[in-house]
Amino acid sequence: MCTVCGCGDTVLADGTPISHDEAHRLGLAHSHVPAFQPAAPALPFPHVQATGHARGHDHHHYGTGPAGVSVPGMTQERLIEVETGILAKNDSIAAANRRVLRALGVLALNLVSSPGSGKTTLLCRTIEALGDAPLAVIEGDQQTSADADRIRATGARAIQINTGKGCHLDAAMVGHAIDALRPRPGSYLFVENVGNLVCPAGFDLGEAAKVAILSVTEGEDKPLKYPDMFTAARLAILNKTDLAPHCDVDLDLYEANLRRVNPGIDIIRLSARTGEGMAVWLDWLRARAAEAQA
Amino acid sequence: MHEMSLAEGIRSIVQDQARAHGFARVTVLRLEIGRFAGVEKPALEFAFDVVMRGSPAEGARLEMIDLPGKALCYDCGKTVELDHRLAPCPLCGGGKLIAQGGDEMRIKDMEVL
Repeated sequence: MCTVCGCGDTVLADGTPISHDEAHRLGLAHSHVPAFQPAAPALPFPHVQATGHARGHDHHHYGTGPAGVSVPGMTQERLIEVETGILAKNDSIAAANRRVLRALGVLALNLVSSPGSGKTTLLCRTIEALGDAPLAVIEGDQQTSADADRIRATGARAIQINTGKGCHLDAAMVGHAIDALRPRPGSYLFVENVGNLVCPAGFDLGEAAKVAILSVTEGEDKPLKYPDMFTAARLAILNKTDLAPHCDVDLDLYEANLRRVNPGIDIIRLSARTGEGMAVWLDWLRARAAEAQA
Repeated sequence: MHEMSLAEGIRSIVQDQARAHGFARVTVLRLEIGRFAGVEKPALEFAFDVVMRGSPAEGARLEMIDLPGKALCYDCGKTVELDHRLAPCPLCGGGKLIAQGGDEMRIKDMEVL
């Protein structure tokens, strides 16, 4: 049956029903002009295509174009200009998240790093240091609720997102978490992304800024090896500085490499364990919170 | 990077476009990919073939158009084209450059039936 008009098989002159293919195979004279078509359409008709049959042969072929079907008023091939970013859907959800957060005066920060850089410990120390300031945390990990449990142990509100096989949080996940957390006006919202220096760089969540955390044990070359992440970040925290004397690390080289991929990046040397640099980090946070509420 | 997610983004746009424009099949899909976008082309080609199955773009030919990487040089103040994110400024040799373009990842157009 024709998928366009629903008409049945071709009918021979003597009334015997037979399919078009069979008619061809048997070499029989046949016609299958659809009922709604004039018996002899005026040429050139856009859907009629010569297919090797001699002209004048009472035989009109339809649906021989690339589409395999003929639809009145439609050409067989079209070019559609799209000009849409592949991540446009994520970006539009992120923009909606950003509008909500801005309306509430909430400072949302997207904390990104490789696994084991000390994000959660830094976050626990930060929550303690911020004292009574209202805040909430969104934790992203492939599995377990261990990090959200650690955050809740400080008394802060936290939601754990498990991404399963996913290597990053996306704007929709964070949007749902924001709806569930209902952050208070003028509060902090920390989003701890999945530990990964690659993919989270490409997914806007609606945050005010990305903060990249890099521990001194990871190697000075990491900003050069994963430039996307450090280019996207507004602040880099060089964490675990208390370990620097034990691992032959050149902190100035870390900073030079960070500035090479992102000349505008802010850098704070910090140890969540000893508290070194925490005051600078808290000042940075309060300045951003003031911007969010301006 | 996350080529599977990118392919899923492409699929969702294809399905939206198919509804909006009433087409059944995509034969060619052209992407514009900036040099700094971090897209691994062979990985995206693989993901594309897998993710498009059962969508109007199943079996479509994927064409990727490279867009140049652009950066602003903090030393000479000019906007320059770079082959590599960490390349020095081709005009003054400066090493402090901030990317200003080249991270594009978009569907330019598609040929449909």
